[in-house]
Amino acid sequence: MARAATCAFVLALAAPAAQAQGLPDPLTDLPGDASRGRAIVLDQPRSLCVLCHAGPFPEIAFQGNIGPDLSGVGDRLTLPELRLRLVDSRRVNPDTIMPPFHSVEGLVRVGTQWKDTTILTAQEVEDVAAFLASLKGPSE
Amino acid sequence: MIRCVTVLAIGLGTPAAAAGDRQSGYEIMGPELRAMQDDEAANPGMLWVTEGAALWVAPEGAANRSCASCHGDAAQSMAGVAARYPAWNEAGQGPIDLTGRIGLCRTRHQGAAALARDSRALVALAAFVTRQSDGLPIAPDPDPRLAATREKGKALFETRMGQLNLACADCHDDAAGGQLAAATIPQGHPTGYPQYRLQWEGMGGLHRRFENCMSGVRAEPFGAGSPEYIALEAFLMSRAAGLPVEAPAVRP
Repeated sequence: MARAATCAFVLALAAPAAQAQGLPDPLTDLPGDASRGRAIVLDQPRSLCVLCHAGPFPEIAFQGNIGPDLSGVGDRLTLPELRLRLVDSRRVNPDTIMPPFHSVEGLVRVGTQWKDTTILTAQEVEDVAAFLASLKGPSE
Repeated sequence: MIRCVTVLAIGLGTPAAAAGDRQSGYEIMGPELRAMQDDEAANPGMLWVTEGAALWVAPEGAANRSCASCHGDAAQSMAGVAARYPAWNEAGQGPIDLTGRIGLCRTRHQGAAALARDSRALVALAAFVTRQSDGLPIAPDPDPRLAATREKGKALFETRMGQLNLACADCHDDAAGGQLAAATIPQGHPTGYPQYRLQWEGMGGLHRRFENCMSGVRAEPFGAGSPEYIALEAFLMSRAAGLPVEAPAVRP
C-alpha cells in the first residue's frame, strides 16, 4: 500500500508537468530525419516498436496491439511530447509498460551485454520522433 | 511499480488474468498446434516420454538400480507427483523442483553420475514422470514451509528487470491476450513442462523458458535450477492451481 500511495503521489504531481512540456530541445545537433526514422520503426529487432504498436506500415504483416496505434500520432502529440515519450515514457506515466528507449535510470539486473546502453541512440530517438511527428491524418 | 498497475486497474477495468478467468496457453494456440498436442502419434514430445519410460527401468550407477527398482510402476507411484511440485526437500532443507529431485535420486540412490539439467536423459525422465499426471489438476504441495518460497516467487514475478524494464506481470497479467507482433501473450501458466517448443525444435523445462523471457527483456538470467527460478516456479504453480497438467504440451 505504501508503494501504491507513493506511485499515486508521483503520478499526481510529476506527470502533468512533464506531459505539458515534453522535451523541447533536440538530443543531437543533426536534425531528426523522418525517412531514417521510418526505417528504424519498421526494423523490429532493432527498435522493437512494431512488436507492440500498429501503424500505417502496410509492409509489416504482424503488428502488435499492446501500445496505442501510431496512425495519426503526429496530430495527437507534438515533437517535444514524442521525444519525451521515446526517451522515457515513465516521465509521463510511471506505470507505463513502454520501455525507456533512451534512459538507464532505475533499471534493475540489466544483462551484461546491454549494461549501460540504451535501446535507441540519441540520433535514433531524433529520427524516430521526426517520423512519428510526420504521421498526420487518418491511417494511410 | 506493478502494485501501482494493479491499483490503477481496479479503477480502470478488469485485469486480463483475474481469478476464475485463467487459461492455459493451449487455448490461444491455432488448431494445427492443438491437434499436434492432442494426437499422441503426432506429438513430438512423446519421443522424450518414450525415452524416459526406457530410462525408468534401466539400472544405473554403483547401486545398479533403476527408478523402477524403488518406485515400481510409474503409472501408480508417480501419478499426481508433477502436479504438486516444487516440494520441500528435507535433506537440503529447501524447496526443490521435479528435475532437481530426479537428479538427486540419481546421485544419492543409484550412485550414478549427475546429469546436466538440460541433458536429453534428464528432460526425458522429467517428461515421463510428468506424463503420469497428464490431465490431473495442478495441486500445489500444502507444506507450509513452501509459503516463503512462493512469496519470493511472487515478488520476482512483479519486479521489473532488464533494459526493457518489464516484469513478468506486465505481460502475463496486465497484457495477457494482447498481440506482441504475431504472438498472442499467454497468461503464463506452467501447465505443461517439460514441453515441446517449435522455437526450440525440442523439449525443454520451465527454467529454460524463464531464461528465454529474461533474455527477451534483456535482463541477466538467474540460471536453470537457481533458487530464484524454483521460487518463481512455486509461485506460478500456485497461481495455476486447478488447471490440468498437459503432458507433454506443445507450444509455438
